[in-house]
Amino acid sequence: MDTVGLNSYLLVAAMLFVCGVVCMAVKRNGIGILMGVELVLNGANLNLVAFARYTVLGLDGQVMALFVIVLAAAEAAIALAIALNFYNNHLTIDVDRGSELQG
Amino acid sequence: MQALFAAATLQEFLTGMPVPGVKDGLSPGWALALAAGIHAALLFSLFGLLPLIYIWLERKVAGRIQDRLGPTRVGGRFGWLQTLADGVKLIQKEDLAPGAADRWVFQVAPYLAIVASFAAFMVLPFSDTWVAVSLDASVFVILALMSLEVLGIILAGYSSGSKWALFGAMREAAQMVSYEIPMALCLLVPLVAVGTLNLTEIGALQAGPVSSWLIFHDPFCFIAFFTYFTVATASVKRAPFDLAEAESELVAGFHTEYSGLRWSFFFMAEYASMFAVSAIAVIVFLGGWHTGLMVEEGLSGFKGWNPNFLVKDFTLGNYLLNVMGAKVLILKASLLVLVQIWVRWTLPRLRIDQVMTTCLKYLVPISCVLFLGAVLWPLLLMTTLKRTTIMEDMPSMGQLSLPPATAAVESEEMRGVHVVDGSKESVR
Amino acid sequence: MTLEALLFYLFAAIACGSALAVVLTDNVVRMAFWLVMSLGAVASLFFLLEADFLGATQLLIYVGGTVVLLVFGVMLTATGPYVQIKTTPAEMFLGAGVGGLLLLVLASTVMGINWENDVAHALGAESEAALAADTTVDQSGTTGRPLGLAFVGVRPDAVGPDGAATRPGYLLPFEIVSVHLLVVLIGAAYLARAKRRVEPATDLLS
Repeated sequence: MDTVGLNSYLLVAAMLFVCGVVCMAVKRNGIGILMGVELVLNGANLNLVAFARYTVLGLDGQVMALFVIVLAAAEAAIALAIALNFYNNHLTIDVDRGSELQG
Repeated sequence: MQALFAAATLQEFLTGMPVPGVKDGLSPGWALALAAGIHAALLFSLFGLLPLIYIWLERKVAGRIQDRLGPTRVGGRFGWLQTLADGVKLIQKEDLAPGAADRWVFQVAPYLAIVASFAAFMVLPFSDTWVAVSLDASVFVILALMSLEVLGIILAGYSSGSKWALFGAMREAAQMVSYEIPMALCLLVPLVAVGTLNLTEIGALQAGPVSSWLIFHDPFCFIAFFTYFTVATASVKRAPFDLAEAESELVAGFHTEYSGLRWSFFFMAEYASMFAVSAIAVIVFLGGWHTGLMVEEGLSGFKGWNPNFLVKDFTLGNYLLNVMGAKVLILKASLLVLVQIWVRWTLPRLRIDQVMTTCLKYLVPISCVLFLGAVLWPLLLMTTLKRTTIMEDMPSMGQLSLPPATAAVESEEMRGVHVVDGSKESVR
Repeated sequence: MTLEALLFYLFAAIACGSALAVVLTDNVVRMAFWLVMSLGAVASLFFLLEADFLGATQLLIYVGGTVVLLVFGVMLTATGPYVQIKTTPAEMFLGAGVGGLLLLVLASTVMGINWENDVAHALGAESEAALAADTTVDQSGTTGRPLGLAFVGVRPDAVGPDGAATRPGYLLPFEIVSVHLLVVLIGAAYLARAKRRVEPATDLLS
């Protein structure tokens, strides 16, 4: 309890990851799903940075995390544009409505 | 972890202080916590006092510009207690939340705005080494923290359940998000010249006469200061860019539904942000805590003066010089705030489309060109004058105290440059 | 308990609790608020992990950029005053069950490995000494410059005994990401543009 090691950070990251996955799975709101994706990416980021701090991997983990942040921002922009298009076509953001391609 | 708090010196002083009931005195961890607490308290008192003064100043200046007297009664002849009286009145007001509001978010949003605004003070250096948290990338951190204020405002506007508030929040969000880009780019222009993101280092580099201030470093820095100031005025939503609370169109914008203390939080956040952006401008462009009149150099013999003080690593002379530096910084920043107030009561408000046009069509391209120019400037000087600054004693990258690993690379690079120079010389 | 541990538990609790609140809330705006709290706490954890530049990036891009973008999305797609698309209890139950199991697997994996010894062992004997040396190095508050140098392909932090860099620089990925961002910028603008209805051409002569 007294010293914070790699374990503690990995547990927090696992918690964030699981919350994100569950959020992606259960939310029907398109933007809610996006938020789940952000949580998942943050969990992964926390892992990378924790490994960068506590193992010999050093700076490389942080570089990876920076790339993840940049790509997450890009992903959010595109996904939001898609969500707006979805809204224009269906007049709702409920992703369960987008089932036209279902056979 | 420990260096994250520049409270280190205060911590050293507090470690081992006799505490009743503890055997060895204060432990280093608790000393660090206590030192951080003292820093936070000092910053908070500044954070509370500055809006108090600026709001009074705003009313007084507005009065004078409109040929009135402004507040005159409360607290004597100049009405300088007016803000305090306003504050007392605001605390007494009922804390309302409209029925259509998303009550919980509505009540939390002002705290988000004020915390973001206050957090920016954390990395702001007030004098040489007088900074609560000393970070290597403090310019970056301060921009990041100030960009969080917009979230509180969007949430406030959205949760109010009112059309006016929603429009205000949308405008505010669009405005702040787009003005962040030219703001960061303009700040990069002088940073390219000095090669550091550390506000303390940037301030320390500008010691000496006025000509060593970064605004006079090169023509691009000179233009960048004015562009930055315009953009900063917009990013703290002051007139002529105060579309988010345009009272002639939107009643009061995003804070239409707020009353009492929560409303005053928005106000405090606005004035504190005004000070924060002005202080950044002062540190990055206008010489920071240096007077520029060589006063510090004249008093440098005074630095070691330390009568009857037995505390380790503390000299009264240095301390007093730092107090002077902090006063100089706050005075300069207050002058810039005064300009912001003056502009507010002089210029008419723009329309929202004009605000966005100004940013996206003019300020972003201008700042990009400035950035490109600042990058090319040393090359131009190198080919013509054989050095990277116009005058010999100007701040440049070479003067930095680099961490050892980086310093090795840098010195290798510099050696390379010298070799090139040498070969040129020999050819000639 | 040291101050660092105290701060870690505080921020970890905020991060996990807010992440849980994101899942459990139905109101999108409140979800955005909890997401801000969670991401902000993760940024604080980055600061605790001595990744100050990354913490600032997290604040600037994630909290100040991405979440603002999401809130924009909420506003632009709101049909009622407060969007609430409810999740059915059965879905929630299923999600909680699967999520709980996943958490159990991850947690038992994390706890089952002795990171201090096994990882160093796996990475090779010579890196064990490096690990011992590395974790004691206090690089606090100064990651900005090494990160920047790594992005232009210079690694002063990983120089072998012969003076050659032992780790790769990241110039090429950096360039690819910047081009990728440009593509995304254009793509997002194209996708989200306002559609103009083309009026059917009317024959003026007839």
